[in-house]
Amino acid sequence: MLIKKQTGIEIPSSQLTPQSLYLSRRTFMKAATAVTVAALLASCAPNEAETAVPAIVGTVEGEGETAVIPSPSTQTDELGNAINSFEEIANYNNYYEFTTEKEDVAELAAGYPLSPWQIEVSGMVKNPGVYDIDKIRQDFDQEERVYRLRCVETWAMVIPWMGFPLAKLLNKVEPTGKAAYVRFETIHDPDNMPGQKSAWFEWPYIEGLRLDEAMNDLTLLATGLYGQELLPQNGGPVRLVVPWKYGFKSIKSIVKIELTDKIPTSLWMASAPNEYGFYANVNPNVDHPRWSQGAERVIGKNGRQHTTLYNGYAEQVAHLYDGMDLAANF
Amino acid sequence: MNKKQKRQLLQTMAHLLALLPLALLIWDNSQTQLGADPTNAIILRTGKTALILLMFTLACSPVNTLFRWGWAMALRKMLGLYVILYVILHLLTFAWLDYLFDWEFIWEAVLDQRFVLVGFTAFLLLIPLAVTSNRYSMRKLGKRWRQLHRLIYLIGILSVIHFMWLVKNVYTEPIIFAVILGILLLLRIPSVKRRIAKWRKGHRFSG
Repeated sequence: MLIKKQTGIEIPSSQLTPQSLYLSRRTFMKAATAVTVAALLASCAPNEAETAVPAIVGTVEGEGETAVIPSPSTQTDELGNAINSFEEIANYNNYYEFTTEKEDVAELAAGYPLSPWQIEVSGMVKNPGVYDIDKIRQDFDQEERVYRLRCVETWAMVIPWMGFPLAKLLNKVEPTGKAAYVRFETIHDPDNMPGQKSAWFEWPYIEGLRLDEAMNDLTLLATGLYGQELLPQNGGPVRLVVPWKYGFKSIKSIVKIELTDKIPTSLWMASAPNEYGFYANVNPNVDHPRWSQGAERVIGKNGRQHTTLYNGYAEQVAHLYDGMDLAANF
Repeated sequence: MNKKQKRQLLQTMAHLLALLPLALLIWDNSQTQLGADPTNAIILRTGKTALILLMFTLACSPVNTLFRWGWAMALRKMLGLYVILYVILHLLTFAWLDYLFDWEFIWEAVLDQRFVLVGFTAFLLLIPLAVTSNRYSMRKLGKRWRQLHRLIYLIGILSVIHFMWLVKNVYTEPIIFAVILGILLLLRIPSVKRRIAKWRKGHRFSG
């Protein structure tokens, strides 16, 4: 079920551009055609439950066939930045488990089995257990969250995720008093994830958050985007989204969540400890040792814009780092 | 086909081969085949083409000395000029499409990022070589022309470092370029050259 919720980021309704105005006339005509096609398809579709998402429809350009993409309920983030197209989000992926070539991930990941899928929650919790993704989707209401994504490579996107705050899951499993960190692990499946045969990294992918970061309302366990279930190339069926940190912190295709009292060593920390730290907060004043983090290019636009501290989420998260040396804790 | 015709055919083929990556780039761009981040794709492709052509340029002289394939020397200047063509396209994309000529950002990008700094240095060093790549300069500079054009070795090293420093921890490709560059530079060391010449002689006599 799709529930729209306010996320602490208030968007005045006056700021939202109506869908009909947003779409150019040409796109609108195309969309109109697509809606007709979609209606026809939907009438034949066996799974009625999937059509709960409002059926505003767009077309994917540059492909022979017309794909039907359910639209998110808003076209911008709370600052007015336009969301990226579904095509951009689904075809430009940093997912080294498949390949380091961003344009090739979608093809390599196509058909990767996302079901059945289980997440083991263990460590310092009162209720450890193995959770089925279907059960998770049922137990936790899915909300839409439009977040900015800032990659450590200096490109950026705006993505309409679907998911639920990680805090809800953590509250259910009840971390013990000793738990201070959350450690996440991606599936290890080198037979189907060719990139995991690469000797440049120690697989599987590991990431970590401090418990208070994990409990922050912005921290999302995403199960979808653009109103539909996450595709394999976007980290399906379930991934982390931590919008104030560089993209690599938002670990994909999670199979293990462990509560611990030790600071987890992420894959990137192990690979290059001088370049990638535990925190990896978006910060224009702390450069990567080899490149500047002061500016970013939004995919789909030319030119650069200034990167902002915590990717523009300072109001929600700055208090987590009060008194910390952000350059030392990069 | 006489020798002159052969040489002309070879030159034409080299031109076509050097222009092929540009043609493919323009074609892919017109077909919107450059993906979600065309700017980055153009920067990467022009950069890599420049690097490959630079390796070909550096291969001309060893190919001539080792195999006595004189035609390679006839291609050297042309290949070198194509290197700077692709480097200019590379820089133009960086300054224009990536930064929209926002000099504040560009200035920061060049100075704060060591991979850009070495890459830009390599470009600056290429300029005098391109400017003096004609017979007039060769005659005028005499001995100093050869000395000046040895800068290409440094440019090669800086270019591979440029590549090495920009990749995100998967060093396979830059290492391949480093190994090729290493071999091409090694083959220029007089003692190595002598040894190979001796070895070739020995084989010719026994063969």
